[in-house]
Amino acid sequence: MAENAPPNSPALSPTWQHPRNTWLQVGALVISLAIVALLISFTGASPVSVVANLWDGAFGTTDQAARVIATLAPLLLCSSGLIYTFMAGLYNLGVEGQIIIGAIAATAILRGLQGVLPATLVVALSIVAGMLGGMLWSLLAGVLNVYGKISEIFSGLGLNFVAQGLIIYLIFGPWKRPGIASMSGTEPFHQSLWLVRFGNTDASPVALGIAVVLLIATIVVMRNTHFGLRLKAVGQNPRAAFLMGIPATQLLLSAFALCGGFAGIAGALQVSGLFHRLVPAISSNLGFLGLLVAMLVNFSALWVLPVAFFFSALNVGSLQLPMVLKLESSLSGVIQGMLVLAALLSRGLSQWKPSR
Amino acid sequence: MDFSQIIVILATAIATATPLVFASVGETITERAGVINLSTEGTIMLAAMVGFAAALATGSVIAGLAAAAVLGALVALIVAFGAITLKQSQIAIGFVLALLCTDLSSFLGNPIVLIPGPTVPSLKVPLLQNIPLLGPLLFQSDLLVYASYVLIVLVWVFLYHTRPGLVLRSIGEQPAAAFARGSHVVRQRYFYTLLGGALVGVGGAAFSLDFKAGWTYHLTAGYGWIALAIVIFGGWNPLRAALGCYLFGILQSLANVAQSNIQSVPTQVFSVAPFVLMILVLVLTSGDWLERALAFIPPTARRSILRTIRTRAPAALGKAFEQD
Repeated sequence: MAENAPPNSPALSPTWQHPRNTWLQVGALVISLAIVALLISFTGASPVSVVANLWDGAFGTTDQAARVIATLAPLLLCSSGLIYTFMAGLYNLGVEGQIIIGAIAATAILRGLQGVLPATLVVALSIVAGMLGGMLWSLLAGVLNVYGKISEIFSGLGLNFVAQGLIIYLIFGPWKRPGIASMSGTEPFHQSLWLVRFGNTDASPVALGIAVVLLIATIVVMRNTHFGLRLKAVGQNPRAAFLMGIPATQLLLSAFALCGGFAGIAGALQVSGLFHRLVPAISSNLGFLGLLVAMLVNFSALWVLPVAFFFSALNVGSLQLPMVLKLESSLSGVIQGMLVLAALLSRGLSQWKPSR
Repeated sequence: MDFSQIIVILATAIATATPLVFASVGETITERAGVINLSTEGTIMLAAMVGFAAALATGSVIAGLAAAAVLGALVALIVAFGAITLKQSQIAIGFVLALLCTDLSSFLGNPIVLIPGPTVPSLKVPLLQNIPLLGPLLFQSDLLVYASYVLIVLVWVFLYHTRPGLVLRSIGEQPAAAFARGSHVVRQRYFYTLLGGALVGVGGAAFSLDFKAGWTYHLTAGYGWIALAIVIFGGWNPLRAALGCYLFGILQSLANVAQSNIQSVPTQVFSVAPFVLMILVLVLTSGDWLERALAFIPPTARRSILRTIRTRAPAALGKAFEQD
């Protein structure tokens, strides 16, 4: 457990090109969606009307479509960052906490420097601070992993809760709104500190731009660089990598730092781009959703964009289900979870050799 | 603060800890067999909902508990199939199930939110309940709580003082050696993963039928992760895991008291404690720096200190067993 990469490490070789495997994957996909349809029927609703409603909820109005984009940007950042850690054979479950610390660091800059420096510079600095915050929080798990031989899975989960405790403490303590402290968060920032938006919607071209640029960078790094190749080597066979003289420690820490940095930027963008204040649920579970995206695409950066877009649309589309169909919006999570579970199991089935 | 207040705080602590006892003792069994069931957060939540729904439909608490146990075992079956048979990452499958089951509990449990339903009836143990201090503390609650006491002792005796318990530990430490000695590693791992999952499920029902009677969205949020943390804190020993649960219960109970006095800090902040403790335990028990730090202490004292503090994860935890 304390090893950097167990034998069933996530950086699996892509086996899905094989025709039998393609059929297995498609079959699993169909079965998982059939189960979802059954579950929907079980609650008394019609799957067809649910699909129509999800579509309408995600793309019915410009505002809703903008919300899909607003969800997509941080999700892309988290998923791209997680590609690095997954490639290195790490399960960075601490990504939620890294978003939170990024958001806290960004808020600290916005609060401390507003009015002191020009607004645009303050916002830019807040994004840098968010990146550094997320990076440091991730490196904490990284150092525990590399030097303390502590599984990043449990330290990451633990650090998530520590970060959650910290954000609640700040919102209810030092950073509380004058007079009232509540779960609704800190006092909203002045409009000059808001990230540029598309019209009057939730979506920000800056957030989307940063996310897309970093996704492309991730794809390039993974496909065309020595660094990406060595990361894969460490993830797939740490021992062989060691024998080849690849510095595992340095690579693992870089993977942690990159993922934490990406998540921290996502946290900073949640503050200045979407909520315009610090709220307890600043991460909106996007870190965990990013883990699902990365698992579904089997850690192949090329596929991150379509899957993340689909997941964002599901999240936004499901928000109106309670009003229209009296269904819980967690249906989006059910669909996402089913798809990833089906993908994992079918991947396992395609590699499975029944024992004698 | 007088004596009766302390009793109230401790009694609340035991009530808070009981669902966690079931979950963390169950997870301890699973991990001792070498399998990590990371789905506890979702399993507890979905089992709480399913257990409550079953009890509501049948009017029987027993049926509710049974349904929750079956559900827990079913989720564990998916983990076992993926991890043991397909040799996929236990972490990936468990994690996805944790999220999936949480969302399923909200989606399917929508119609029964905040509906009053059956609860585990309180049952004071005759005679024992009259013991001063201990009586009100331990023997004035309900059968589920008493069952948790029995479970702790039973599992501890089973693990450390029976032959099947020894085999269970061996398949988590040295599966290849256990296999060579004639143990069915795969079959046993399946069995203990399902058994552990069933207990985690009972832990969920202990919320919705007893401790936090009723069902609402995210009723048990966080407790599954806490149970996982406590398993590590308890060093994969059921007695110490139970102790961890009660410590957590006392902390929560004190936090509630503090909350009514100091309203500025919400209780969520106190929920951080088990995770900080877990990380500290991991730091203390991983690597060899503890031995080095204790090197200047006389060997006999050093050994006993190490034996009490140092715990180690089952050596084959999280690794698939290749039967060659």
